[in-house]
Amino acid sequence: MRKALLTGVLSATALAYMAAAANASTLDDVKKKGFVQCGVNTGLAGFASPDSKGNWVGFDVDICRAVAAAIFGDGSKVKFTPTTAKERFTALQSGEIDLLSRNTTWTETRDTELGFNFAGVNYYDGQGFMINAKKLSGVTSALQLSGASVCVQTGTTTELNLADYFKANHMEYNPVVFEKLEETNAAYDSGRCDVYTTDQSGLYAIRLSLKNPDDHVVLPEIISKEPLGPAVRQGDDQWFDLVKWTLNAMIIAEEDGITQANVEEMKNSDKPEIKRVLGQEKGSKYGADLGVSEDWVVNIVKAVGNYGESFERNLGQGSPLKIKRGLNQLWSKGGILYAPPIR
Amino acid sequence: MASQDTLRTVDTGKVSPLNDPKIRGIFFQALLFVFLVGFIYWIIGNTIDNLQRAHIASGFGFLERRAGFDVSDSLISFSSDSTIGRALVVGFLNTLLVSVFGIITASILGFLVGIGRLSTNWLIRKICMIYVEIFRNIPPLLVIFFWYIGVLSVLPQPRESIRMPLGMFLNSRGFYFPKFDWGEHAWLIGLAFLIAIALAVFVKVKATQRQMTTGQQFPVLWTSLALIVGLPALAFLLAGMPLTFEVPKLSTFNLTGGVQIKPEFLSLYLALSFYTAAFIAEIVRAGIMGVPHGQSEASHALGLRPGTTLRLVVVPQAMRIIIPPLTSQYLNLMKNSSLAVAIGYADLVAIGGTVLNQTGQAIEIVAIWMAVYLGLSLLVSLFMNWFNAKMALVER
Amino acid sequence: MQEHDLSFVRVEMINAEAPPRSAQGLGHWLHTNMFASVTDSVLTIVGIAILVLVLPPLVDWLFLSAQWTGTDRSFCATTVQGGVRPDGWSGACWAFVADKFQQFIYGRYPAAERWRVDLVAVMFIALLTPLLIPSVPRKALNALLLFIVFPVVAFVLLLGGWFGLTHVETPLWGGLMVTLILSFVGISVSLPCGVILALGRRSRLPVIKAVCVAFIELVRGVPLVTVLFMASVMLPLFLPPGTYFDKLLRAIVGVAIFASAYMAEVIRGGLQAIPKGQFEGADSLGLTYAQKMRLIILPQAVKLVIPGIVSEFIGLFKDTTLVYVIGMFDLLGSVQQNFSDASWATAQTPMTGLVFAGFIYFVFCAGMSRYSMFMERRLDTGHKR
Repeated sequence: MRKALLTGVLSATALAYMAAAANASTLDDVKKKGFVQCGVNTGLAGFASPDSKGNWVGFDVDICRAVAAAIFGDGSKVKFTPTTAKERFTALQSGEIDLLSRNTTWTETRDTELGFNFAGVNYYDGQGFMINAKKLSGVTSALQLSGASVCVQTGTTTELNLADYFKANHMEYNPVVFEKLEETNAAYDSGRCDVYTTDQSGLYAIRLSLKNPDDHVVLPEIISKEPLGPAVRQGDDQWFDLVKWTLNAMIIAEEDGITQANVEEMKNSDKPEIKRVLGQEKGSKYGADLGVSEDWVVNIVKAVGNYGESFERNLGQGSPLKIKRGLNQLWSKGGILYAPPIR
Repeated sequence: MASQDTLRTVDTGKVSPLNDPKIRGIFFQALLFVFLVGFIYWIIGNTIDNLQRAHIASGFGFLERRAGFDVSDSLISFSSDSTIGRALVVGFLNTLLVSVFGIITASILGFLVGIGRLSTNWLIRKICMIYVEIFRNIPPLLVIFFWYIGVLSVLPQPRESIRMPLGMFLNSRGFYFPKFDWGEHAWLIGLAFLIAIALAVFVKVKATQRQMTTGQQFPVLWTSLALIVGLPALAFLLAGMPLTFEVPKLSTFNLTGGVQIKPEFLSLYLALSFYTAAFIAEIVRAGIMGVPHGQSEASHALGLRPGTTLRLVVVPQAMRIIIPPLTSQYLNLMKNSSLAVAIGYADLVAIGGTVLNQTGQAIEIVAIWMAVYLGLSLLVSLFMNWFNAKMALVER
Repeated sequence: MQEHDLSFVRVEMINAEAPPRSAQGLGHWLHTNMFASVTDSVLTIVGIAILVLVLPPLVDWLFLSAQWTGTDRSFCATTVQGGVRPDGWSGACWAFVADKFQQFIYGRYPAAERWRVDLVAVMFIALLTPLLIPSVPRKALNALLLFIVFPVVAFVLLLGGWFGLTHVETPLWGGLMVTLILSFVGISVSLPCGVILALGRRSRLPVIKAVCVAFIELVRGVPLVTVLFMASVMLPLFLPPGTYFDKLLRAIVGVAIFASAYMAEVIRGGLQAIPKGQFEGADSLGLTYAQKMRLIILPQAVKLVIPGIVSEFIGLFKDTTLVYVIGMFDLLGSVQQNFSDASWATAQTPMTGLVFAGFIYFVFCAGMSRYSMFMERRLDTGHKR
């Protein structure tokens, strides 16, 4: 019996060896261990989900890969930690993950009280409602939903917005609350509730996983602002800057027309802006200031493409979700994406 | 030789302090104590460190904040404007509700099945055995999913509800039945009911006295039944039948009006009852088999009928064997009710989880969970211990 | 002389009379076992009614109407739902189980590396089987291999990262594999910890006793779900900043803590049943505390409570399903997770998946309890009579 105890202790210590100290600079840590530990969703189509081979793909996953590419020149040097809504903050606070890229809404509380820094917004979202149009053919607006049963995932800003919205409009509703995304989906699909509410992007993703996606429509109302973005711990400005500028670089790459396909040619471009961004300017030290190599933007674009490419591949026309760019279009094309310049 | 060494040490009559059991005991205890204190100090230090880094304020002040979320099942009035503390109370009451109903149903079912396993009837014995074997060997969470996903979610939509007699409906949103709307003077009925119970107790006491002195029996059961049904019925008629029914009606989305029992509650309640009943059945069987055969033989020899034998001779003795393990099954049922979190029934753990998500107060929430469950466990144990003592064999 | 002797001695046995008609054959059996009295007859009829109501639809659903092969949901959906089955069809969708079988067993463990899991399983069976058969010799060596060498080898094989094996992160583990890992570690940790706690609780040293009692009662008083939540959410807060544990390990810690407390109470029951004379006898022989416990007390105590220990094991095996609540996918979790797979979502899929999972759990639990009955009979050295 003592042997069995020993075994337990042995395997425990062996697993605990994976523990890493995060006291020093996160960037140094990451460089030392050779990969970025990235917290993602447990499975939301388009944002983060494992494909049939177990590789993580998605829009949020691309942010993680871009950061890894900026540091190591290799977008595959990432390890993913799937986190539930409940675990995500503790995981980041405790240093279990270096970066949280998990469709997390940027709010004041999270920025201050929980001790995070949001490195920007990679998706401007808003909360919406989805109903089964076949069964509820008369309903075309969220204001007709009084008395409905609403499926919602717990621990999200969604749950609070929902309560506020129905209260503000003097409507009754019946919340059916679940811990996990899969449970919520299953309950909605089996007809336990009339309405599903979450971020609109999420609704489109979830619609695909229903039995008859065509029966369901997303109602036009958007009841909240949900800016989603990658978050890091407060107090490590170097790491914060790197993540922030990785995201900015993806947007700038789209503005400048740098794509995965033409990035090598673009290096020889004589436009000063592009030369500067791609680290081809003489004596440039933009990369060095961030603590990475000078061709960091080249590496990012090679690994995941520019913002637009990543969007279309994971969420837009290249994906089953077919979400329109909408607000997430460049400022010059009618959206609100606007990245500060690299110079 | 070792034996010689032993002899020599014994000869000195003194033990080295290293081998003195007393000193050793103190030493080991001190060691454990120091280690434990150090460990706790280390944990608390780390926690404070971590909380400061994470800018989480500790303390129970958050209980006074506005909840901001809604809860579907609530025994007391609750809205998103109520406090977080009230939300937790709602969860606690829901835990109690499902536990109490579960315990009652599981006990009845468990006793029936347990007695069925000892039946002389081969068929009944086998059916009961299969029931027990199946439910003892699958996880309770699976039973809950079975009811929730397998049975209740297959039920039709509200528009195609299954109609049942007396204005009851069954659909995927739950089980609906008419609400009793009591009018004026309805309190008379309650009063009559209380009086009837008091009278029934009085009759019982008198009848026992009479049987003790004269040996004559009195039909207590029938009298009591007549009292308990008759008096309130009389009061009901006298008060002018102050009762109307609010029958559920179909609206845009759901049935409205009437009383709705949600599928989350139903499946948790059914699952806990069926699962625990299998264990109670085994305990009851062991208890009855633990009563020596001579007891029932002697009782038969005295001319008692089988029913009376069971009631007066076997069951009281079996209860002594049954109660301690039964207590732990009740406690298990209560603790298993925390599995509600998997199907979204708003019990203490589920609501605590929501609060934990919204506020980040992990330590306080877990502390509340532990305190509440420990308190409940303690209460149930105390009650069952008292009951056990009352049932215990009184020896001369 | 002989002719006048009127006494008669039968020298050959005559065959016994056949029992009366009413006391033999099917009729008699039916009479005593099913129709002994009026109540009995009523009960029998009720029982038959239950069987008639339950069995034919069950058999029909499980086998006759079931869909055995198929590649997507249309095979198990009715025409209204976009499938090929006629309206009103209801049957098990075994095609779903067949299609997802690999995932139910391995979770998302990479397909190319699954031979490692298989190898571990083969090693486990090869080591466990001889340990369970009483007549096979070299039990000590066997136990050493199973509890010391095997976990290390299995750990290296499953996790990888050494000896040229690709690293497979624990979030990819899942299915029956995780259920068995959790149970194996839980069982092999909880038994020794339980013994230590039980001895501590019976100790005469007040501090040790108080600590053990507090631990046991605290853990037994709360549900496993809260212990798991604590392990998954609070453990990171208890450790120095920057340290973290693997998620699977956190679940294992939670399950092991919980199981140890329950095991301690079972063992304590055994210790209490050992007569005082045994303790005194051991003391008078001059045995130390450790020798006394190891050689005299524990072997008797553990033997007495084998049924209790095994039912704790079964409880632990069933309790591993709760890790689903903290976001891990054991067998039940994997099955449940696949209900929302769009390519298989039909009305029949959830029930089929649950029946499959229930069957697997049943086989393991019933197997354990049968083995415990067998051991109980074997170890019954006659103390009871």
